[in-house]
Amino acid sequence: MNPLDNLSRPAVQLLSQEPSLLPSTKTSRVARRDFLKSSAAIGGGLCIAAYIPELAARQLENSPADGSVFAPNAFVRIAPDDSVTVIANHSEMGQGIYTSLPMLLNEELEADWSKIKVEAAPVDAAYNHTVFGLQMTGGSTTTPSEWERFRKMGAMARLMLVDAAAQKWGVPASQCRVEKGVVIHTPSGRKATYGSLVTAASQLKSPADIPLKDPKQFTLIGRPTRRLDTPSKINGTAQFGLDVILPGMLFALVARPPVFGGKLVSFDAAEALKIKGVRAVQQVPSGVVVIADRFWPAKIGRDKLKISWDEGVNAKLSTSQMLADFSKQSASAGIVAKKAGDPAAALAAAAKTITAEYDVPYLAHAMMEPLNCVVDLRPDSCEIWTGTQFETVDRANAAQVAGLPAEKVQIHTTLLGGGFGRRANPVSDFVVEAVHVAKIAKAPVKVVWTREDDLAGGWYRPMWHDRFVAGLDAAGNPIAWTHTIVGQSITEGTPFAPYTINKEGVDSTSVEGAADLLYGIPNLQVDLHSPKIGVPVQWWRSVGHSHTGFSVESFFDELAHAGGRDPFELRRKLLANQPRMSAVLNLVAEKAGWGKPLPPGRGRGIATHFSFDSYVAQVIEASVEKDGTVRVHRVVCAVDCGRTVNPDIVKAQMEGGIIFGLTAALKTEITLENGRVQQTNFHDYQMLRMFESPEIEVHIVPSELSPTGVGEPSVPPVASALTNAIFAATGKRVRRLPIRAADLVAGSEVKS
Amino acid sequence: MTSFFLNGKSVTVDDDPSTPLLWVIRDSLGLTGTKFGCGMALCGACTVHLDGSAIRSCVAPLSRVAGRHVTTIEGLSPDSSHPLQRAWIEIDVPQCGYCQSGQIMSAAVLLKENPKPTDKDIDEAMSGNICRCGTYSRIRRAIHRAAELAVEKRPS
Repeated sequence: MNPLDNLSRPAVQLLSQEPSLLPSTKTSRVARRDFLKSSAAIGGGLCIAAYIPELAARQLENSPADGSVFAPNAFVRIAPDDSVTVIANHSEMGQGIYTSLPMLLNEELEADWSKIKVEAAPVDAAYNHTVFGLQMTGGSTTTPSEWERFRKMGAMARLMLVDAAAQKWGVPASQCRVEKGVVIHTPSGRKATYGSLVTAASQLKSPADIPLKDPKQFTLIGRPTRRLDTPSKINGTAQFGLDVILPGMLFALVARPPVFGGKLVSFDAAEALKIKGVRAVQQVPSGVVVIADRFWPAKIGRDKLKISWDEGVNAKLSTSQMLADFSKQSASAGIVAKKAGDPAAALAAAAKTITAEYDVPYLAHAMMEPLNCVVDLRPDSCEIWTGTQFETVDRANAAQVAGLPAEKVQIHTTLLGGGFGRRANPVSDFVVEAVHVAKIAKAPVKVVWTREDDLAGGWYRPMWHDRFVAGLDAAGNPIAWTHTIVGQSITEGTPFAPYTINKEGVDSTSVEGAADLLYGIPNLQVDLHSPKIGVPVQWWRSVGHSHTGFSVESFFDELAHAGGRDPFELRRKLLANQPRMSAVLNLVAEKAGWGKPLPPGRGRGIATHFSFDSYVAQVIEASVEKDGTVRVHRVVCAVDCGRTVNPDIVKAQMEGGIIFGLTAALKTEITLENGRVQQTNFHDYQMLRMFESPEIEVHIVPSELSPTGVGEPSVPPVASALTNAIFAATGKRVRRLPIRAADLVAGSEVKS
Repeated sequence: MTSFFLNGKSVTVDDDPSTPLLWVIRDSLGLTGTKFGCGMALCGACTVHLDGSAIRSCVAPLSRVAGRHVTTIEGLSPDSSHPLQRAWIEIDVPQCGYCQSGQIMSAAVLLKENPKPTDKDIDEAMSGNICRCGTYSRIRRAIHRAAELAVEKRPS
C-alpha cells in the first residue's frame, strides 16, 4: 500500500494552487546547475520556479506608501530613526539565518550593523526560494538561494539613498560614498543619515542596473559576526510557536490513533468533561480533540478519554519483520539508479570479493520544541502562528481546510525550536490539524503536541538496508562496487514526486550519496527497492545522505582493510580526480594527525561525504570500554562549503551536525511492535548529553566559489567515521545503528 | 488559590494545586521563557530555581512552591547582565535557543555553588539538560568564561 493512503492527502496539487508556482521562463541567477546536481532535501531538480526579480523588487502591499518608511523592496525597510529592518523569508531554526541574511543585505546596504533588526516575512510569492519556487527553508539552501538576491536588495536601497542625498545637495551621485548608514559627499564633506533620507528616497524609482561589489571589497561577508538572535535567546524573550499567546486563546491536545492509519470507532468523553477547564471534546480527522482553558486541563482531560480505535492494516507492523524483509529484498537487484562499466564481469574476475549488509532505523527529528500551532480562524480569514519550514505548502493546505482562498490565510512564522526537516511536512499535518481544531474551538486555539505525541507522530527518517558486493584486484584496489538499497521513498505520493522520482521509479532522495559516488571505481551499480510501508516518512537532517554517509563510507573502509590498504591513502588515491574532496581529506588527515600514535585502546576512523554541494571529511578518535560503552574523544572536521558568509556560524553548524550524527550513531532508534511505536520520551529515545560530548575541531577550506550547503553536510560522515574508529580500536565492524554496547563487550562478536 | 513569589513578586493563581509549575508560569502567568520539552524531568528545558536550587518545573506541582521563591530566566538578571548571559552572548552559544533558558538556569546554580567548575563538574551539573542542536562544547566554554567574568569588574 501507499504509505500515505491512510493519512490525510495533500489538500491541493501545489502547482495548481498559485500562479507563482508555475515554471518561470526567467533564468535563475543563482547556480541552478548546482542545485540540480545535488539531491537537496526537497529533492533533486525541484526547479519549478525561479527567482523573479520584479517580484522581489516590488514593495509589499502592507508597506506604508506615505514615505514615512523607506521600503524599496520586499526585503528591507529603513525608518527615520535609522533602524533597518531586514525581512527574512527563511525560518530561523538554529542555523543562524537571521544573522546571515542581514549580513548579505548589509554588505551592500552598508547601514550601521547595530541598527539592524530582523522580522519574519509574511507568506507572499515575493519571498519564494529562488530555485524551488516555494517559500520554504530546507535542503541547506538558504544561503545559496539568497546569496545574490539579498545583496541586490541591499544595493538597491543604497543606490536610492545615495541618489536621494545627491539630488538634495544638487551634486552627482558619483561624488558620494556611504559609511555606516551615512551618505557622504566626498568633495564637500556634507553628510546625511539614511534615516533623514527616508522620505526623499521613497519618491525615487528603483534603479534598473544594480551592480554588486567585487568580493575583494567585502567588509562583512566572511567575517565571524555575532548572531543577532542571541540576546533574545538568553533572557526568555525569544518567541517560539509554543510561546504565542492571543487574547481569549484556548488550548488543545489531540488523541491520535496508536497505529498509523488507525481510525476512530467511538469515544467516551464523560470523565474528560468533568475536568475543570475542559470546554469541549470532539472528533477531528486525526483523532479526538480536547479543548480547554489551559494546557494542563486539556492534558488531564485527554488522559481520561476512553477511545476505541480500528487499528487498520498497520496493526501488525514490526521492526524485526521489516529487518528480515529488507534483507531478503536486498538479495536481488532493484531498479537501477546508476550503472557504469560491467560490474558483474568485474566481480567475476576479482581477486577477492567482499559482501556486507548495513541497517539503520527509523529516526524521529525530536526537536526540543514539540510541534504546536496557533490558529485564529474567522469567517473571512485564517491567521496561523507556528514555527514552520514550509509556508507556501502550509498556507495552501490550511486554506483548503478553512474553505478560504489562500490569500485569506496568513502565516506568522515564529522562531523554530529546531526543525531538522520535520516542520516541512508535505501534508502540513500539524497545521492542518490545528485548523480543524479551530473550526470546533470557535476561538483562537493553540494545539500542543506532548513529547510523547511528537515522538510517536511519524514522519520519520526511513529505515534503510544497504547490501554491498565489491571486488578487489590482486593489489587491493576496488574494481567493482554494487550497492542495493532498500527503504521507503519519502516523496512518493507527495506533490514533490514528479521532481524527485524518475520514470524508472528511482527516488533521487533514496540514492543520494550512493549513486553519485565520488570514488573512481570503474565498474559500479547502485539499485533501489522502495517498499511500501504504512509508516509516514520524510526528510530528516541530511535526508538520504543520512544513511548512505554511514553505509558507503563504512563499506569503503572494509574494502581498504580487506585489501591491506590504509583507509586514508586508499581514499586519497580514488579521489585523485576530485580536487575539492581531496583538499578536505588531506586537511582533516593533517589536522587529526592521521597515522600518528594514539593512547592504548584508542582508534582513529576517517570518512568523507559530499552532500548539499559541500565537501566534508572527518576523523574521529574513539575507544571502547570493557562493558562495550563507546567513548568518543575527539572529532576533527574539514569542510569546503564555498565562500563562507559567517565562519563562526559555519563552525557552529558543523559542531551541531556532528552531535546530531553522534546521537544517531550511538543512541536513537524508532522501532515498532504490533504497529505501535515503542519509544515514548527521552528516556527511551535518548539524546547525546554533555558528559558524552567530545572535543570538536572544525577547519574551513578557504574558497572564493559560491556558497553551498552548511546546515546538513556535517551529519552524514559522523557514524562511519565513528564505526571505522571502533574497528581500528577493536577489530569489530559495526554494521547496524545505533551502535549497541552488547555487540562491543570484550570477547563478543558483532551481530549483523 | 496558591500564592508564591515569582522573580521577587508575590503572585496568586487559581490553578489546581496538582498543576505542574511549568504550566502555571507559562499559561497562567504568561512568562514563556521557561520551556516545555518532555514533561518528565528528562531534558531540563523547564529548569527554574526554587529557593535557589534548580528544579524541573514540569514535574513540580504548584502546591510544592506555595509561599516559596521561584526564579525563572526572566528573573535571572534585570538586564541580561548575569555573567552567564554575557558569556552566552560572547561565545554565541545558542542555535535554535529553545533549551538555552534551562541550560543557563542549571549553570547558574552550578556557578553559585562552585564558582570555578572543572570540566567534570560541568559534565555532572549539565548532563540533565539536552541540547538537540548540539551546542554542548560552547556551553562548556561559556560556563568557564562566565566563571572568569564573575570575578572581573562589571562593565560600567
